[in-house]
Amino acid sequence: MIKFEKVTKIYPSHSNSSPTIALEDVSFEVKPNEFVSIVGRSGAGKTTLLRLLLAEEKPTSGKIFFKGIDVHKIKPEKLSGLRREIGVVFQDYKLLPSKTTYENIAYVMEVIGKRDEEIARDVPEVLDIVGLTDRAQNFPAELSGGECQRAAIARALIHRPEIILADEPTGNLDPYHTLDIIRLLLKIQEMGTTVILATHNKEIINRLGKRVITLEKGRVIRDEERGRFIL
Amino acid sequence: MFVAFRRIFKLGWQSFTRDGGLAAATVFILVIVIALVTSLFILKEVSQFLIASIQEKVDISVYFKERALETEILNIKEEISKIPEVKEVKYISKVKALEEFVERHKDEPVLMESLEEVGNPFLASLNIKAWEASQYGVIANFLEHPVYEDLVEKVDYYQRKPVIEKIFALSAGMEKTGWMGAIILVVVAILVTFNTIRLAIYNFREEIKIQRLVGAGNWFIRGPFLVQGVISGISAALICLLIFSLISWGLSPKIEIFFPGLNIFQIFVSNFWTIVLIQLSTGILLGVISSTLAIRKYLKV
Repeated sequence: MIKFEKVTKIYPSHSNSSPTIALEDVSFEVKPNEFVSIVGRSGAGKTTLLRLLLAEEKPTSGKIFFKGIDVHKIKPEKLSGLRREIGVVFQDYKLLPSKTTYENIAYVMEVIGKRDEEIARDVPEVLDIVGLTDRAQNFPAELSGGECQRAAIARALIHRPEIILADEPTGNLDPYHTLDIIRLLLKIQEMGTTVILATHNKEIINRLGKRVITLEKGRVIRDEERGRFIL
Repeated sequence: MFVAFRRIFKLGWQSFTRDGGLAAATVFILVIVIALVTSLFILKEVSQFLIASIQEKVDISVYFKERALETEILNIKEEISKIPEVKEVKYISKVKALEEFVERHKDEPVLMESLEEVGNPFLASLNIKAWEASQYGVIANFLEHPVYEDLVEKVDYYQRKPVIEKIFALSAGMEKTGWMGAIILVVVAILVTFNTIRLAIYNFREEIKIQRLVGAGNWFIRGPFLVQGVISGISAALICLLIFSLISWGLSPKIEIFFPGLNIFQIFVSNFWTIVLIQLSTGILLGVISSTLAIRKYLKV
């Protein structure tokens, strides 16, 4: 479903310092309905990897395929099509501040042209799944960190994408809410969605017992089917 | 398509009403720009009126000898009327000239007494108005033709020439300066509006990026900003229309005291639909073009 083929990403330096190698010669594949954790220290290249998959940035070399298509060969005006097939949960939530929780989630359905009746049916359903029914009419500024992250997850899964990318979704949360979010991601995977989780939370990874790809200084140093957080 | 359009309009309206402060600032700047453009339009009408009324006072007169018969003068009038440069010719008979003089100076007994002694000293004349200052020379040449030598006493063109040319040069200069000033002001106003809208959209750059990342197409992102631009433009135009209606209605009688015949409210009313069109098109075009240009660079994510 997803294939990274010898991907390298180098950020050129703006001063006299040497260029930053964010990813180096990274290759791996993700099959449909897999739950894959990308682990590594801060700056190991986890976020860059996800940004490259979303075509937010271009690799310096190598190729990234999504369902057999090289995502960096997609024309900018067609990128929205790719992004509609991927649900993304960001560490900093990236909710639209001027829209309520309900509107943030409904926005994705509006973007893909779903009918009003479908929106009216599905959004409350997803809000119920993430436990935010009571907060539907609140703006992001009125929600707690955990609630924002649950809203972001609801937004990521509302259009039933084939894959969900979660970039440090628990980075800003307390242990209780962290478990809550991970349970939610597992539930989503059980429903048939591929999940790629980027995190540096050791405890979570060791509990999950799922595939773990470990990055260090931009290189894949380990890829295990039932992995643990070892650095 | 219709659903997308409806949603874009809804999102635009929602943003406009929710970001009250920002919307008010944009509308305020647009009001200033539209007011400026409208003022320039009204000033153009006013200056045209003033220039026309000054030019209206410019003419030359040709005086006929005592022995010239009225039929001969009227024949010459007929001939002069045929000259394309001539705008208007008015015949003033000897009697009419005396009547006008008496009417003008009836309160001056010394003049009236002298007039009684000399009888009617005035000559019959033709009062000629041309379309442009440069054309008076042509008309004067025509009247100095030897054919008319026996009938024409004098043409007062050469005495008036410097004044006529000065008046026309002044009005042409006024028009040119007015246009240059207008162009500079409009350019400044457009730049101010563009920068205000650019700053407003700059506040939304993160939001635009998020919209791109969740799969919104360019038009779905750009559309609501354009709708906001249109709503701001229409609101500003309506506010301006109201302000100008009130100002022109209130100030018109006072202005007429200083410039008789200049009725600002009348100018406003007779050009109402042109003004509405100017205000709406200025508001909407500025709103839409500024939004389009300002949002362009944030859509490249």
